[in-house]
Amino acid sequence: MLFNEEYETLPREALEALQLKRLRAQIERVYATVPYYRGKMDEAGVLPGDIKTLADISKLPFTTKEDLRKNYPFGLFTVPLERVVRIHASSGTTGQPTVVGYTKRDIAIWAELMARCLTAAGATPKDIIHNAYGYGLFTGGLGAHYGAENLGATVVPISGGNTKRQIMLMRDFGSTVLLCTPSYALNLAEAMTDMGIDPKEMALKVGVFGAEPWSENMREEIEKKLGIKAIDIYGLSEIIGPGVAIECAEEQKGLHVMEDHFLPEIVHPETFEPLPLGEKGELVFTTLTKEAFPVIRYRTKDFSRLITNPCACGRTFFRMEKVTGRSDDMLIIRGVNVFPSQIEHVLISIKGVEPHYQIIVNREGSMDTLEVQVEVSDTVFSDEVKQLEGLAKKIQHEIKDLLGVSCKVKLVEPKTIQRSEGKAKRVIDNRKI
Amino acid sequence: MKVEQIAIFLENKSGRLAEITSILAEKGINIRAMSLADTADFGILRLIVNDTENARKVLKEKGFTVGTTEVIVVEVADKPGGLAGVLQTLKKSEINIEYMYAFTQKSGETGLIIFRFEKLDEAINALVKSGVRLLSGEEVYAI
Repeated sequence: MLFNEEYETLPREALEALQLKRLRAQIERVYATVPYYRGKMDEAGVLPGDIKTLADISKLPFTTKEDLRKNYPFGLFTVPLERVVRIHASSGTTGQPTVVGYTKRDIAIWAELMARCLTAAGATPKDIIHNAYGYGLFTGGLGAHYGAENLGATVVPISGGNTKRQIMLMRDFGSTVLLCTPSYALNLAEAMTDMGIDPKEMALKVGVFGAEPWSENMREEIEKKLGIKAIDIYGLSEIIGPGVAIECAEEQKGLHVMEDHFLPEIVHPETFEPLPLGEKGELVFTTLTKEAFPVIRYRTKDFSRLITNPCACGRTFFRMEKVTGRSDDMLIIRGVNVFPSQIEHVLISIKGVEPHYQIIVNREGSMDTLEVQVEVSDTVFSDEVKQLEGLAKKIQHEIKDLLGVSCKVKLVEPKTIQRSEGKAKRVIDNRKI
Repeated sequence: MKVEQIAIFLENKSGRLAEITSILAEKGINIRAMSLADTADFGILRLIVNDTENARKVLKEKGFTVGTTEVIVVEVADKPGGLAGVLQTLKKSEINIEYMYAFTQKSGETGLIIFRFEKLDEAINALVKSGVRLLSGEEVYAI
């Protein structure tokens, strides 16, 4: 099924002509309206007029998370705030979020892209969509919500948490489509079993899972336990949110990139040279139609490759391989982006706490668990249990406050955390992603 | 009146306690009293030894986290009700006990109770006023 047959099946030549037209207009506009981008382009010695072919995109400078941070909060918006109808934000390092804005048209396009994704996954206007992505500053909940409404399905804006109630409503409403993170999907399956409900007796037929990396093994597990088809969705708030790319139900092999709105590139993770089609490297996106917050050659730090073979579903959009790794130390814990440096920031801000720490990530059952081990120095040590437990609770609370993710804090003896000569090995990730 | 106690942070790992006692034994340091507070993740070992300064030094050298605190050691008659009177005094003065542990002396005539207070001086005043005998550091280290 296709939500927008005309665009989703454009012959490559027509698609590339459209991409070029949109790219040139976008670059013109960004150069004219955002001093920061103009500065970067001038520095690189490139003018909007130099972009004559799609390949010319490689002349443009990259945009990184660092650039977004430097322009916090609204420095990269290309329209006055009065035209911005919504703001989302994702967690950033050291507590400063990445802020993104949308005009009315951006929201409409986003809703179209999400509707395309839901359709690709097999959802129709007849479906009841249980949306357990978090509603709020995170793009997942609202992004998926507007897409489901746009499709004409019945959306249940359940958001996250309160698993038992979620299951009860899912059962009572006869929900057919589940939207959440893959780890929460497994969590739901387990909770159903605990409640004495056979997941297969639910009306669920398909799930659209994203916001965190997940393996083929996890897909099999979800499909088996819930008796549904599990579809991978990709997106990031810097580009638009969920809806950048989607697996089709026909093949479930690679995710079709919404190429009429986003131009994907794969670059070498160290030299940043563009790589030939089909090679694996860092995924880079340029938005072609975003109004409020366009990004030029945004480095996602996600590793993938582009698949150019035709697909059984008829979409002509290239597919990106499922993302499994990243080029930085960002962890995705239960759908939340966590940088080790954020945890460091919290520890340093607590008087007397040594920044010797280790982060241990496990997957227990289906849930990611985060343990932060902190060395007890003489300054924070106390002969009283309540003081030490209070310290652990305080660290836990501050991390939860800043990152929005709960963790276990374990106090350990000094020098037990490996000291390394160079880059400290801060993270032990035992998840098999 | 005040007695020095050392506290050592311990992870719940087998052999840590044995290691501490060996380190002290090697240096000829004698343990006078001890108690171990445990939680799910860690323990706090509290010791009174005959050479606090040295004990602290060698344990620190071996990489342990060591703290020193002042506690008081109260002598009570080794018979039913011996401790109850002391606790009544503290209750009347509204003094809160952080923790305590006890041991009896060889003679079997008196028991020794080690108390940790936030308000140490207030506790000492209240106990002395009520006629309770507090041991000096020297007395305890030499037991």
